[in-house]
Amino acid sequence: MSDVVTRDAGPAAGPGPGGAARRVFRRILHSRLTFPLVCLLLVLLLNVIVTTATTGSPGPFFQIALTNGTLNGPLITILNRSSELVILALGMTMTVSCSAGTDISVGAVMAFSGSVSIWLLGFGTLPQNDYHVKAYVVPYVVGLLVAVLVGALCGVWNGFLVSRLRIQPMVATLILFTGGRGLAKVFADGQIDKVDVASYKWLGNFIQDSSGKNIVPVPTAIFIAGGMVLVTALVLRYTPLGMNIQAVGINNKASRILGLKSARLILLAYVFCGVCAAIAGIIATSRIGGIDANNCGKLIELDAILAVALGGNSLAGGKFSLSGSVIGAITIQALTTVLYSINVSADQLPFYKAIVVVIIVVLQSPETRPMWERFKARWRRTAPSVTAGDAA
Amino acid sequence: MADPLIRMRGITKNFPGVLALDDVDFTLWPGEIHALMGENGAGKSTLVKVLTGAEAFETGAIYLGGAAKPVINHSPQEAQGRGISTVYQEVNLCGNLTVAENLFVGRQPRRAGFVNWREMNRRARQVMEGIGVDIDVGKPLEGYSIAVQQMVAIARAIDISATVLILDEPTSSLNDQEVAKLFDLMRRLKADGLGIIFITHFLEQVYEVCDKITVLRNGRLVGEYAVETLSRTDLVAAMLGRAFDDLAAIQHKAAPVTGESGTPVIAARGLGVRGGVKPFDLDIYEGEVVGLAGLLGSGRTEVARAIYGADTADQGTLDVKGARPKHHPIDSMRAGMAFCPESRKDEGCLQDLSVRENIILAEQSKRGMRLMSRSEQEKIADEYIRLLQIKTASMETPIKQLSGGNQQKVIVARWLATHPDFLILDEPTRGIDVGTKAEIQKLCVRLADDGMAILFISSEIDEMLRTCGRIGVMRDLHKVGELAGDELSSSAIMAKIAGGEADE
Repeated sequence: MSDVVTRDAGPAAGPGPGGAARRVFRRILHSRLTFPLVCLLLVLLLNVIVTTATTGSPGPFFQIALTNGTLNGPLITILNRSSELVILALGMTMTVSCSAGTDISVGAVMAFSGSVSIWLLGFGTLPQNDYHVKAYVVPYVVGLLVAVLVGALCGVWNGFLVSRLRIQPMVATLILFTGGRGLAKVFADGQIDKVDVASYKWLGNFIQDSSGKNIVPVPTAIFIAGGMVLVTALVLRYTPLGMNIQAVGINNKASRILGLKSARLILLAYVFCGVCAAIAGIIATSRIGGIDANNCGKLIELDAILAVALGGNSLAGGKFSLSGSVIGAITIQALTTVLYSINVSADQLPFYKAIVVVIIVVLQSPETRPMWERFKARWRRTAPSVTAGDAA
Repeated sequence: MADPLIRMRGITKNFPGVLALDDVDFTLWPGEIHALMGENGAGKSTLVKVLTGAEAFETGAIYLGGAAKPVINHSPQEAQGRGISTVYQEVNLCGNLTVAENLFVGRQPRRAGFVNWREMNRRARQVMEGIGVDIDVGKPLEGYSIAVQQMVAIARAIDISATVLILDEPTSSLNDQEVAKLFDLMRRLKADGLGIIFITHFLEQVYEVCDKITVLRNGRLVGEYAVETLSRTDLVAAMLGRAFDDLAAIQHKAAPVTGESGTPVIAARGLGVRGGVKPFDLDIYEGEVVGLAGLLGSGRTEVARAIYGADTADQGTLDVKGARPKHHPIDSMRAGMAFCPESRKDEGCLQDLSVRENIILAEQSKRGMRLMSRSEQEKIADEYIRLLQIKTASMETPIKQLSGGNQQKVIVARWLATHPDFLILDEPTRGIDVGTKAEIQKLCVRLADDGMAILFISSEIDEMLRTCGRIGVMRDLHKVGELAGDELSSSAIMAKIAGGEADE
């Protein structure tokens, strides 16, 4: 996945000693993606250090094994578990870029679209069966499409409030943030609805044949997230949408003069964000084989916003890096998995997570960036003398 | 003689790919108005930014007063603490706060920890009276003209502590009376022993109010001169680094163009915006440069915006080559219009995007959803960077790193890239050096020669006389007349702008 819109050309590589390797290195130093990637690697390294310190060996963290027809290992877990967040981060990146606003309703929209979908799949049979869908009343595909449609409609609502009525994004999406979960409970009749059809769990787990054997060794969610990232990247690569969205985010007035219809673009971004939320909701409900309207996607909007920020994107809108947001999302999940793997208990998790997030955010802040720049400048100055020393 | 207020010695500063300042010296004495002159990208703004701590510099030293030890300002606040205040072209105050609040924000007089509003307003009145401006300090700043806002900014700077006042293009948005008022104020401050650094593009003003001139070119110091010893021709030559004849030649070529034939490209009939410009008629033909003259706020810009659809006209009709486009910029663009707006910062530049993206955006949005290939984008960007001689490290440089004049050229390039039939240039030369001004005027005439219809708006009547074949005059949001051919003279235009018993 390339950094489609904001691809850095890098500084003109100067002549002089060093050659290609040096140019590549300098390019890496200057890339917007370097920092998010370094953060991700640091989080992974953290695991190795702690495991080595406590057990004396690096542990099985980077091992991937094929057992019972499925790939297993912490890295696979991270990718699998980060799927929802990656998808949400895509949509969030767009709303942040064009409207300098965060869509805080994504978690509620996940629950809402998931519950509507299950309500429809078990239409008319749910309460009688003690809130278990024993068989699809409508085709499964229709259930999925309706979930996406519900997400899109939520996006239309949010986008309408933001782009037409010019309500501040946080306030506009606060409506569905609180209301969405309520609507979800209406459709779920206040219960935890379960789906007992085997195929329902495929999207959140593994695709199986009729005998219940896993036929694809990689969790399905990874394909869905990867597909979403790919489609989004391709759309941004081959249409001017990415540039237009950034233009609107940077300077709305100038964009209008340029013939861009900013309200339409902002609406589109929110609809896309709603669709992303619905797809994340499909994965989340499929994982547990049902909808728990209270907990589905709970507080995930905060992680999605954090993913965008960790990706090096300014929450003030404008220029964005899609790959940055994706890396940010994976970093957050990696952190959770790493903390679990070094036996941090679930109720202490947020605390340790907060510590690491603080460190990452401080490292990226505009006040500490110059220090980092100075460090790079010093490195550049000292590097030639090192090579001279080697030659001597 | 007292010590100089500021001695800058051997200042050097690099921007990526550009040597912005190269061993520059600058000295400011108390009671002196010192003009800092140079073309765009000469390093004036950078020198000021280095002095005020907005930018860091690499080598050199800055001495304040008689001190032997050099100082480095790390931020404009620090510079302000040392008595160096800057008032920018775009007033950096809060429009929705009152004049008094703007004057005292961050240092409100307090009583028992609470803001003492009465005391604040009293002192604000005192401060404004001190500089000879009589206004209601309890009203929001945005209710006042730019000129008054600037005076408030200056008042704030002086009241805080200033011994050195930097005025960066303060006059570009002011009319003549306002400029005169500002100069009175500057002279008064000078008499009080302040040192004033004055950056402007208006040569007349330099000779009217300044004592000394420091000229920069391409980041290097050309020289420091006493005003009396430097003729205008020599000053322009020093700034441009070429003989003045060259410039004169450019301007001579820009002969007035007229040519009314066939159907007009633009035909406005009773076009107006409720609450904005009053209904007006305007025809513009192929190959013609039509000017719009008038004071600030007279409706010049509003006419352009109504034609382009930047403001939605709700009265009258507009025909573009016989067709009637809808009122959204994209429809106007598809009908062949292009609009370089007055404020390049607010409505022109997309600061974080690259020069390439800024150039191709208009053409791209005209083409709709099919993205231009990277190579095509680069070809267009490259073509216009060369055509307009835009000074940039590369086409991938963010536009915010360019100097004002080069940003303006990028915006012009953006619209030329759409190959319009009708181009609106609203103050295309504001805040731009003499050389670029002449280039833009020349370009304008050349485009008209190639058949483009152009609406040219400017505060400088001379400039319009050079480029326009016909000039419409605006007053109080009404189009009060049109002058063409032999009627065109600056006195005739001014008489029309001023108005009188003849029309009405």
